[in-house]
This record gives sequence, C-alpha cells and structure tokens, in this order.
Amino acid sequence: MSLKRILVIAAELMLLLVMFLIIFGPMMSLFIWSIAIRWYWPATLPQEIGFDYWRQALGLQKSLAIGAVSILPAFFLSLTIAVIVVGLAMLIAIPAGYALAKYKIPFGSVIMFLFLMPNAFPQQPIFVNLLRIFTRIGLAGTIPGVILVHILVGMVFGVWITSATFRAIPTHLEEAARSVGASKTRAFFRITLPLAAPGILASAVFVFITSLDEFTGTFFIGLPFVNTLPMTLYSSSGYNMQFASVIAIILLIPSILFMTLIQRVLRAEYVGGMG
Amino acid sequence: MPNLILDHVVKNYGKLRAVDDLSLEVQDGELLTLLGPSGCGKTTTLRAVSGFVALNSGRIFIGDRNITDIPPERRGIGLVFQNYALWPHMTVFQNLAFGLQLKKLPKQAIQKKVEEGLSTVKLTGFEDRYPRQLSGGQQQRVALARALVLEPDILLLDEPLSNLDALLREQMRFEIAQIHKQLGITSIYVTHDQTEAMVISDRIAVMDQGQVVQIDTPLEVYSSPSNKFVAGFMGTTAFIHGRVSDVAGERVTVQTDSGLSIVGKGKHLAVGEEVDVAIRPENIKFLTGPVDTREQQNVFEARVSRASFVGELVDYQLDLKGSLLRAKGETVNAVIEGATIRIKIEPGQLSILKG
Repeated sequence: MSLKRILVIAAELMLLLVMFLIIFGPMMSLFIWSIAIRWYWPATLPQEIGFDYWRQALGLQKSLAIGAVSILPAFFLSLTIAVIVVGLAMLIAIPAGYALAKYKIPFGSVIMFLFLMPNAFPQQPIFVNLLRIFTRIGLAGTIPGVILVHILVGMVFGVWITSATFRAIPTHLEEAARSVGASKTRAFFRITLPLAAPGILASAVFVFITSLDEFTGTFFIGLPFVNTLPMTLYSSSGYNMQFASVIAIILLIPSILFMTLIQRVLRAEYVGGMG
Repeated sequence: MPNLILDHVVKNYGKLRAVDDLSLEVQDGELLTLLGPSGCGKTTTLRAVSGFVALNSGRIFIGDRNITDIPPERRGIGLVFQNYALWPHMTVFQNLAFGLQLKKLPKQAIQKKVEEGLSTVKLTGFEDRYPRQLSGGQQQRVALARALVLEPDILLLDEPLSNLDALLREQMRFEIAQIHKQLGITSIYVTHDQTEAMVISDRIAVMDQGQVVQIDTPLEVYSSPSNKFVAGFMGTTAFIHGRVSDVAGERVTVQTDSGLSIVGKGKHLAVGEEVDVAIRPENIKFLTGPVDTREQQNVFEARVSRASFVGELVDYQLDLKGSLLRAKGETVNAVIEGATIRIKIEPGQLSILKG
C-alpha cells in the first residue's frame, strides 16, 4: 500500500468518526446524564453512576429530590392524546388529501397553503392569541383543547403527505375498476386505499410523533391542568438534568422506532412498484 | 351481440370542439377503428362511450339501451387501457376475478372463467404472478383478458399496443385480430398507426379535428381515399397539383403544374377544377426495355434522386419534373442514384382528389 492510499483511508476514518460523534454525541451525552448520580465539573465523566433516576421516573422508587415524580401518568396522557389526534386528523386528512389530489378544486393550491400556515409562523404569537380565544370558549387547560392544538399543528403532515400519496396513484387504476363494474366507492376502498396505505401510514406516524413531542402549543393551552410528557421534561430540565435526560430518552424511543418503520415500509413501496 | 350508435355527439373543452357533432354506428360483431393523428378526438370519443367523459350533447346507444346518462360501471363495456392499468397489489388471477366477484358469481364459476380467459390470451399458468413480474406484452394480454372475462356487450381498446416495442406490436396485432374473430364482440379500437388499423379492422373511421372524414373498409380507405387528408394519412403518399383537363366517367385526366398529363380515377370532378394527384410507392412500376409511349398512359421519365437500401428492398426518391415521389424496388436490378429511368403509374390505382 502506497503512502497516499494510507493517508486517504486515515482521512476517511477520521471523517467517519467525526460524523459518528456529531450524530450520536448528543444522545450519548443524554444517556450518560441519565445514569449519573453525582457529576460535578470538571470531571469528564460522572463520579457516581446508577439507575436511581430511571427508577424514580418509572415510579419504582420514591424520592425527595425536586421534580422527581413518576412520569408514567404524563406518558400515558401523551400517548392517549396522540392516538386521538391521529384518529381525528386522519379522518380529515384522508378525504381532504384525496379531493385535493384528484379533483380540480377551486383555489386548491390556496387551501393546501392554508394547511401549511400554522407551521410557517412563529408559534408563540399564534398560541398566545389562541389561548385568549380558547379561554373565552372554555377550552383552555382542557384535554380537548390540547387535542385541537395538536391537530392544528399536525395537519400539515396529514394533508400534504396524503395528497401526494393519492396523486401518485394513477387514475387509470380506478377507471379500470369502474370498467369492470365497481362503483366509485368500491373502487376507492378496494383499489385506491390499499395502494395508498403506505403513504397514509407514513402520514399518520408523522402526526403521531408531532403530537407526542408537541410543546409550545400544549404549554400555552394545556397549563396548568394538562401535563404531557414534554411538559414534564420542561419542568425538570432547569435543575434536574438527570431526570430530564431520562424523559428525553423515553421521548426519543417512539420517534426512532417509527422512523425505522416508515423507512422499511416506504422502501418496500419502491421495490413493489406502481402499475 | 348488440350494435353501438353514436348520435350527434358533441364534447367541448372550453372553446375546443374535441368531438364535433359525430354520428356513427358500429355494427354488431364489427371491429371499428378510430384512426387519426393526435388531437383528432378519437380518444375523447372512446372515453365518451366508456362513460368517463360527459357529453355536451348527443346520445349513445348500445342496442336499444340509451346509455348516455349511465355511469361507467353499469354500461356493460370492457375497457383495455394503453398503459394496461393492472392492479399492482393483486395477482393475475385476482385482477381477472375482481369483476366477476362484483357480479357475485360462485367461486367455481369464477375459477372456470378465469382459466378460460387466460387460455384465450395464451397465459395459462400465470395466475399467481404479480403484474410487476410480467413483461409489457404479457401485461397487455392480462389487461385484454380482464376485459373479455366479463363478456361485455362492447369492447373498447385505447391504443393498447402503443407502449410495446415494434416487433411485439406486430405480433400482438394479429393476435388481437384473431381473438376478435373468435369471440365476435362489437369493438371500437383507437390508434394512430394506420398499418395496425388495416390489419385488425372490419372498418376504419378516419378522424380529423373531431369529425369522421371517411368510414370504410381498410381496402377502400387505402385505395379510394375521399380527400387529401385521408390519402396523406394512409400509406406514403406524394401529391402532384394540377387542373382537370378531361372527365370520362370516373376516368379523369389532369394537367399538372409541371406540365405532365396524368390519368387517374376520381369522382364528382369537373373540367378546370384544381386537384391533387395522389401517388403511392406501390403504384410506380419501373419499365425496362422498349415501350411505345403513344399507346401507354402515364409513362414518364424520372431521375433517381436517392436510392436507399433498406434490407428487403430499395427505397427510392424519384424526381418527376420537380415532384418528388417515393418508390420501391427489388434489391436485384437496383437502379443507381442519378440515373434516369422510365416509370409507369397504373391509372386505375391513382386517386385524383379535390385540391
């Protein structure tokens, strides 16, 4: 092996290492924090490690430390809200996506743009104003109020992904179904929907993750009664880094799981090929 | 087998008249081809018959049934698409069985019909394959079988062979013609390929700008085109412009602008009228040996401006006093470029058309 070749390989390894650190560094930091019992500057690693904070978070151990509560109620609340949000959001997004994809709707592109708007503006001004409105109609601090906020924020993923999915399904496939005797409805359920399933699933997963991780809107609308997992993370992050990192890791898990799922499902899509 | 009638059908897209007051009848058991260039309205007409295009006015009948306002799924038509439109998430069997299941046929009957359908298109044994595992030609056959398995009153085919390569297209033409002869379903076929049309059709309707220009058997459309558009669309036609100098029944003599006197066949023409003489490569015969020009009509001298070897014959371009004609000749005794030759154009094969 020539010197040049050795240098090239060394450089590639360095690059790989740097990328690894950039991608996984923050997560490693989180993980180390979550098992640190005592960690004072200037030590590079914790002086004492253990799973105490994990046990406190999961409600297996009581503690007098500030902010160390069982996060299980908040976790289940977040999950419940997320599931309801997905159900309602997809109920709107699937027909809306189909209509926007297949029909010439007057001002269709304007409508699509409107779905994007909540995510295009700074969130605090939107939610401050929303809080005023919700207070007046009695939705502030309630779970339905939070659900509505999550739907609002997640709708962009709902409508845009579903309409792109439906647009990718050739209209000829539906027409072929009708030519053999299927009504419009039956053609939709037997042909279009099964073919759109991967895209709709991806859309639903995005809405789910968005709801699970949603903070700003929940903070304004949900406080003080609705306590989701991101809220718990916020409350403990100032002074109890270990606890906060435990919650952060727990929040990461569904995201990573679902992203892997989507990637696998969408890849199968391309291999399968569309007619 | 019922017939199909289109009665004064009109379809506009804004200001564009895609189908312009079109009336025609497809006789029962007949395969009628709508032939024409892109944009002539043939596909729109087909989609109107299938029910996916709503008419601005006019009516459509299958037999006695007025189907103008009936949705596609209840018209009793079979449709074969240009891009096959097979359902990718279903096997070949399921693709064929879908329509039969909608009719609530018992499982055994469905099984039997699917098997018959596949054997008609020579794809027995392919039941469990998915469309993505099939070649283009095989997919098209499945698409055809899917339409046929429902025994429709009318079969509509929308340029089904356009996506196939040339060799496959030629083969499939004959197969489709054969299947039609076997089953005898009243059919409308849409294509822009005139050779395809001539191979499979009982009659051809040549369309231009939303109207039917000529509707006749392939032989008649080819040898007796009714106007310049049809003559130019069918085969490789050269036109020579001139004026009628004599009319004797259908035998018309034309003085061309270049000073030649040509005799051909034409209808409803008067002396002095401006006309085009339509000449096809197969009408031109090369003459060898001495010829008495006083006794023969349509004998001319022409210069060979191009000679191209294309395998089974030689493709010539002849210069006849300024008019360029295409001609074909055998590879044996080929004539070289630049040579002057004598040609004869058979009067009975020349069409004189209004210019």
